[in-house]
Amino acid sequence: MNYDWQPLLLTFQLALIVTLILLVIGIPIAYWIAFSNNRFKYVFETLVSMPLVLPPTVIGFYLLIAFSPQYAMGHFLESALGLKVVFTFTGLVIASVLFSLPFMVNPIKAGFQNFPTALIEASYCLGKGSWETLWRVILPNIKPALLTGVVMAFAHTIGEFGVVLMIGGNIPGRTQLASIAIYNEVEALNYQTAGVYALVLVVVSFIVLFLFYYLNRRVLRIF
Amino acid sequence: MINLRLKRQMQTSRGPEWIDLDLSMASGGFVSLFGKSGAGKTTVLRMLAGLIPPQEGRIEVDGDVWFDSGRKINKPIQQRKVGFVFQDNCLFPHMTVRENLAYACLPGHHDGIQEWIGLMGLSGLEGRKPHQLSGGQKQRAALARALVGRPRMLLLDEPFSNLDRQARLELQDEIMRVYRKTRITMVLVSHDLWETFRMSEMIFVIDRGRITKNGSPDEVFVNNDLSGKFQFTGEVLDICKEGVVNILTLGIGHQITKVVAGDEEISDLKVGSMVIVAAKAFNPLLFKI
Repeated sequence: MNYDWQPLLLTFQLALIVTLILLVIGIPIAYWIAFSNNRFKYVFETLVSMPLVLPPTVIGFYLLIAFSPQYAMGHFLESALGLKVVFTFTGLVIASVLFSLPFMVNPIKAGFQNFPTALIEASYCLGKGSWETLWRVILPNIKPALLTGVVMAFAHTIGEFGVVLMIGGNIPGRTQLASIAIYNEVEALNYQTAGVYALVLVVVSFIVLFLFYYLNRRVLRIF
Repeated sequence: MINLRLKRQMQTSRGPEWIDLDLSMASGGFVSLFGKSGAGKTTVLRMLAGLIPPQEGRIEVDGDVWFDSGRKINKPIQQRKVGFVFQDNCLFPHMTVRENLAYACLPGHHDGIQEWIGLMGLSGLEGRKPHQLSGGQKQRAALARALVGRPRMLLLDEPFSNLDRQARLELQDEIMRVYRKTRITMVLVSHDLWETFRMSEMIFVIDRGRITKNGSPDEVFVNNDLSGKFQFTGEVLDICKEGVVNILTLGIGHQITKVVAGDEEISDLKVGSMVIVAAKAFNPLLFKI
């Protein structure tokens, strides 16, 4: 029996890209939430955590409306920049970044908040600025939090269904991810194919989480 | 000269209180801010370092204005060039002793590292991380790190409080040695009478955010009006009435002793009061131990 591995490859490709983007944007967002005294930070913090409580279809629906060429923003992106978001891989990346944002930001934020203020002050007393302190003192000491964010964002992106179905549709080879492919195969009563896809996701997820817990303990042991 | 005029509200166990003080000290001296916990000593030190701003006031160091609320001047901590030794060392846990010192140096100016490692008795330990050091070694490494960047002032925030007696005395000797060698201004915050007396040239006693006494250690701690042949400073640990007299239990140094006192003598004393015990009527007996 022939299996189409494209949905699985697409899923891991998406998870990798989304995790890298989230790592780059998640650190400054978490830093700002953890250390800023801005009174609006709680509004921002709430918005970042919204995907934790909202049904994925709600976020998918709003993104579909926002990026649809029939509405202002989608029309602008397509006509001015030639950027198609709805039913494209780019759309999947944008939706997944937004949907997995709290899974990256929250652990890193907790790492920043639990980091001893005295060590930051010690660094400032030694003449170092906030950027150098972040890079050379804080980040090396919150590796477990960074690792948690990376693994959670990666694993969560692999497991997405609702939001990617809404924004990406179900286009084989372009936007059909493994979770959607499983649903398709079950609908078509192809249980064996669905079972293979599901098993691959289970095994990969297990390996990722196992490595996470193993490495996390090793990282913790260093300090 | 270093001139401080500071005003800032602080939170204490008694509720909010104001630090409101005005003090001057000579540059190149060893100054201590002495007082009980919660008196505001550390807050003063943190304001001097630039870790927190005063709500009102002025900080001037050798003619250089570090803070002036009126002129809205607040020199960033990084530009004040102060060395700060914290109560719990604050060495970076992921770095070795050498890396901690290197972090404090400007790029390409690592030449002083080995010298400070040697001076602080850390030779052979430079490759160790903080969790592999004893309490005394950690504080010596923290002291070396604070000094290797050649600060113009060293601020010591209760650096001995987490050390045992032996390590405490050794570190005090190290600091005095460094002070005599470098002659940089040192400001020590302490609630320990003995170390303050032993190390300082000038003492400011702070209570509830205000300076209550200042002067040399003798002026502050020793009552020279008494003509006693010897005198000690101690703390009242217990007051107990026994017939017509009172028995005071006193902690003097590392000894506990009991003395007899009349009602009038103890009228303004309570447990925790500091007292001078003087004997003037006889020559004491001395025994070598």
